[in-house]
Amino acid sequence: MQGGFWSAAVPRCAGCQEGANGVKCAWLLGPRGRWVEGMALRRFKIALAQISPALGDLERNLALHEKLAREAASHGAGLVLFPELSLTGYFIKDLVSSVALRAESPELRPLLALSRDVALVVGLVEETPDRRFYNAALYLEGGAIRHVHRKVYLPTYGIFDEQRYFAAGDRARAFDAALGRMAILVCEDLWHPALPLLAVHDGADLILCISSSPGRGLGPEGRFANAAAWEAANRTYAALFTVYLAYAGRVGYEDGACFWGGSEVIGPGGEPAAKAPYLDEALLYAELDPNELRRARIANPLLRDERLELTLRELGELVRRRSGGSPPSHG
Amino acid sequence: MARRILTGFIANEAGKAGFRRVVVGLSGGIDSALSATLAAEALGPANVHALIMPYRTSVPESRAHAEMVVRGLGIASQVVEITPMVDAYFGVFPDADQVRRGNKMARERMTILFDHSARLEALVLGTSNKTELLLGYSTLFGDMACGINPLGDLWKTQVRALARHVGVPEAVVQKVPSADLWAGQTDEQELGFTYERVDQVLHLLVDRRYEIPEVVVAGFDEAFVRAVARRIQTSQYKRRLPVIAKLSPRTIDREFRYARDWGR
Repeated sequence: MQGGFWSAAVPRCAGCQEGANGVKCAWLLGPRGRWVEGMALRRFKIALAQISPALGDLERNLALHEKLAREAASHGAGLVLFPELSLTGYFIKDLVSSVALRAESPELRPLLALSRDVALVVGLVEETPDRRFYNAALYLEGGAIRHVHRKVYLPTYGIFDEQRYFAAGDRARAFDAALGRMAILVCEDLWHPALPLLAVHDGADLILCISSSPGRGLGPEGRFANAAAWEAANRTYAALFTVYLAYAGRVGYEDGACFWGGSEVIGPGGEPAAKAPYLDEALLYAELDPNELRRARIANPLLRDERLELTLRELGELVRRRSGGSPPSHG
Repeated sequence: MARRILTGFIANEAGKAGFRRVVVGLSGGIDSALSATLAAEALGPANVHALIMPYRTSVPESRAHAEMVVRGLGIASQVVEITPMVDAYFGVFPDADQVRRGNKMARERMTILFDHSARLEALVLGTSNKTELLLGYSTLFGDMACGINPLGDLWKTQVRALARHVGVPEAVVQKVPSADLWAGQTDEQELGFTYERVDQVLHLLVDRRYEIPEVVVAGFDEAFVRAVARRIQTSQYKRRLPVIAKLSPRTIDREFRYARDWGR
């Protein structure tokens, strides 16, 4: 059915690599009937590397990334997702500037080379030319950095102190990769529903969430309270936004804090497609199926029915009222 | 799950500190029995060395219980009497009261544990629970001193439940808690309240961030709640590094901030 009509009617997407699993370039219907360009999600195997990075030891962590990326690639994975700050460890504190990397840092070259075989999402401290340090995630593909997401919401409460050390990102955009259109969010970003909302309406079929979550509030049923909350949020987001959601957590201990792992892939109906164990290192695989996504959106056309103009209008009013502006007038 | 997390903690953090073995002081009480049991599970019984360090006034039952734990776990142990060292010291200061004597005993045991840390290449394993740490019911640089502490985030009542779960002998789990520093001493008599009761108040004040009036509304006597809150406040110094007079632009633990697991 991928006949001449479509190829004649619309130009081909520049990023489209024809032939992989027979899925070709798609065009998504965006809000208010505008055509938004995007890559259809391909059928592929995703791998989640639930690792225990060494705190502040780039060299050791890079070697661990290479080893697991090779292993995942040899098992047919198209994309390997590493956790938040996977190259540095989480509680790096004053080490932030010492372990930061630039886009052109030679340390990234082996990973860039590997990305010709398998796409990679890695967590790191990104240093920009104006000397800001971001808690960032890179999407590496075909030997290049395809996308950078800078963590927007930096938790600075309880066990967290991120605003002390990091600059905050200011956007959460979907991007086209060879495997489909997707978005990356880093940990706390997912605790602010506006970001996944923006990402899916920007056309993401897959949300990649990378996380380093220290377990808190161990309950009598043997699960950390925050792990239970994460699992509920992941299922809810996948179901409400009818997207695939991959959550890559980490394990290990840093100064007594225990990272609980529990990486998972949730399907667009809100059902888990794969789940890694708590506390143990793991390489978790899941098959992503574009037909599953299509069926979910036929069954629950929530994205179709979303009223972004209403949300935008009311948010505008809300922001104006809260900033002490004049009350909204009608008529 | 708590058992997995704590055994994982001991193996991971001891390893990162450069140790395969731990040394732990066994008093015959439930806290040190639980620490030793978790360590034996985490590192293997061959890598746990227990020191039993009685004073002449310690009740014989304490030593018997400690030896029961050693046998049950199949770990190595050694008895080091602290009577000669402690009595030699108080021969010089014969008018010292019970508190001074108790603290001296706790610190004597600490020096022996840390000497054995060097002797055995073993990390000193802590045994202080969250209840006693918050109440300040422990000796600074004495029984509080350790390399890593698997019990510091468990209430005393949780220590009991976990000890039972991991198979600490029932005689140890059930006996009345005592620092065993003088004859007839018990924790609850000395503190003036039960662990059951104080753990409920501590849980609300600390874990749940209740304000004092909210704890009272939840059904606890105001004088009791205030006494507990005061104990937490007045013992805060015991839970911090010594205060450093600030001069430079970058003072240790103020602007100089690194994890202890730095590079590991």
